[in-house]
Amino acid sequence: MGQTIAEKIFAAHLRDTPTPENMVLDIDVIMCHEITTPIAIMDLVDKGMDRVIDQSLIKAVIDHVTPAKDSKTATQAKIMRDWAKRHKIKDFFDVGRNGVCHALFPEKGFIRPGNTVIMGDSHTCTHGAFGAFAAGVGTTDLEVGILKGVCAFRKPQSMKVEVLGSLPTGVYAKDVILKIIKQLTVNGATDMVMEFCGPVVEQMNMSARMTLCNMSVEAGATSGLCLPDKVTAEYLWPFIQDEYASLEEATEDFSKWHSDPDAEYAETLTIDVSDLRPQVTYNYKPDKVKDIDELVGEKIDQVYIGSCTNGRIEDIRIAASILRGRTVADSVRGILTPATPAIYSQALDEGLIKIFMDAGFCVLNPTCGACLGMSSGVLAEGESCASTTNRNFNGRMGKGGMVHLMSPLSAAAAAVTGEITDPAQFIN
Amino acid sequence: MKEFGGSAFFIDRDDINTDEIIPAKYLTEITKRALQPHLLEDLFLDGKEFDTEAEEFQQASVLVTRSNFGCGSSREHAVWALEVNDINVVIGESFARIFRQNMFNCGILAVELSKADIDQLFSLTGDGAIKIGIELDRDTVVAENDKGERVECSFSMNPFDKELVAAGGWLAYADQKY
Repeated sequence: MGQTIAEKIFAAHLRDTPTPENMVLDIDVIMCHEITTPIAIMDLVDKGMDRVIDQSLIKAVIDHVTPAKDSKTATQAKIMRDWAKRHKIKDFFDVGRNGVCHALFPEKGFIRPGNTVIMGDSHTCTHGAFGAFAAGVGTTDLEVGILKGVCAFRKPQSMKVEVLGSLPTGVYAKDVILKIIKQLTVNGATDMVMEFCGPVVEQMNMSARMTLCNMSVEAGATSGLCLPDKVTAEYLWPFIQDEYASLEEATEDFSKWHSDPDAEYAETLTIDVSDLRPQVTYNYKPDKVKDIDELVGEKIDQVYIGSCTNGRIEDIRIAASILRGRTVADSVRGILTPATPAIYSQALDEGLIKIFMDAGFCVLNPTCGACLGMSSGVLAEGESCASTTNRNFNGRMGKGGMVHLMSPLSAAAAAVTGEITDPAQFIN
Repeated sequence: MKEFGGSAFFIDRDDINTDEIIPAKYLTEITKRALQPHLLEDLFLDGKEFDTEAEEFQQASVLVTRSNFGCGSSREHAVWALEVNDINVVIGESFARIFRQNMFNCGILAVELSKADIDQLFSLTGDGAIKIGIELDRDTVVAENDKGERVECSFSMNPFDKELVAAGGWLAYADQKY
């Protein structure tokens, strides 16, 4: 019987099978940020186990609240900083070099096809875009990863998500994944690996694939992933050119991870996106999704463009295409946070930051910030935000606030009008 | 092995997420104890703010809820917030994967029952306290209310998760084995 990509990755990393249903895997990349790692570090210190299995496996960043906003966040950052220094962790990214983990680490070439990746962050599934098994875990899993280099998972079950047709103008990966979550509901993919495939996914760039995989956890999935191909090889080329004679050779090598034609899937979902409308969430769960047409006119107080979902250069270009020569509505506070310093710098070079500033946007440094209501754009009670982030839970961006998740294009349209708006009217 | 059970508190809602269990603003705390006053502080039930001061809630050591409890953010703070409030069992129809694993990794229980069994547990509620015990050796939940009405339901628990509980959590298990 054939294997899925998830089964192949599990087989290649198998350390132990404590029961037939449970597998302990060797982990290739252990990513750490300052919200979920400090308690693991302090616990290891307390227990006299302050060790790191292999410092080259650890990638650490301060990203959630940065620069520190108060004494508590300064302490969290210091615990990370001191730990990285103590253990000579080379890949540690502090203020000035830091950005949103799930945008920064791919950009550094840390994730390769066939890797196993964990982090104390539910959106770790983003890295599945590279054909890796990447899962969000809690602090104890992270702690064991740091100490032993392993993590336990149940035997993987895969859901094949085939995206057919072609994306209409003004409709993006964000709209596709919102539509999929609507269909699956918030626990429709629990304990599954979502394998995104089909012509639409094959045509997506890595940025769009990351958006797709990023939100697989919102349907409950353990991980989302895409099959690594030429697009993956091109993105990684600066980091792998010494390992392969050509792009073709790398692409060929990556294909060893592809699911076999006779692999078995627990479920299959097929979606044709040729007529897909821009999608927007309402209410307080990411499966509460409607075509934008049904929500047009809803008042917006703040527009937030950024995050691990949609804070990459492609997203900023898309939003800028509407903001160019236009201004933010008087009633709207526009906030842009490019996800990494490299993205910020690129946006400056392309004149995009000027477009945002001329439109009346506040441009922040790279941070997770307001996505989880920790800083830099928290909502007041009764306020609404058109946001390119990933969660619209009650209170997520501030107690009593409402978050409407949407694509960067739809968010830019809302910024201009002050209400949820079909972006089509701004596209030629 | 540790004993699991005690006074139960019932929350009749699906999809309670970890932002509701412990809001992000408390994630800057670096001790588990500091989370204690804030468990479920932002929860809304039927459009009303949840009363975290309610006596039955304060005394609870078991939570009974519906499906997909603990969805959203991976924050283990959600489990710690339960732990420092002496809640060591959550019973539900289903759990989000990361939350479920975090419970067992901490050596405490996420018990899955069928919808019919959860309905039966809810049917015991009314006036007065409900005690729930977990008998791990025979995979059984035993619930009893003040009137002496009793419900027994059997569950199946992943054997590896059971081993984690016996070991006192994943760190202790992994440190011994790997």
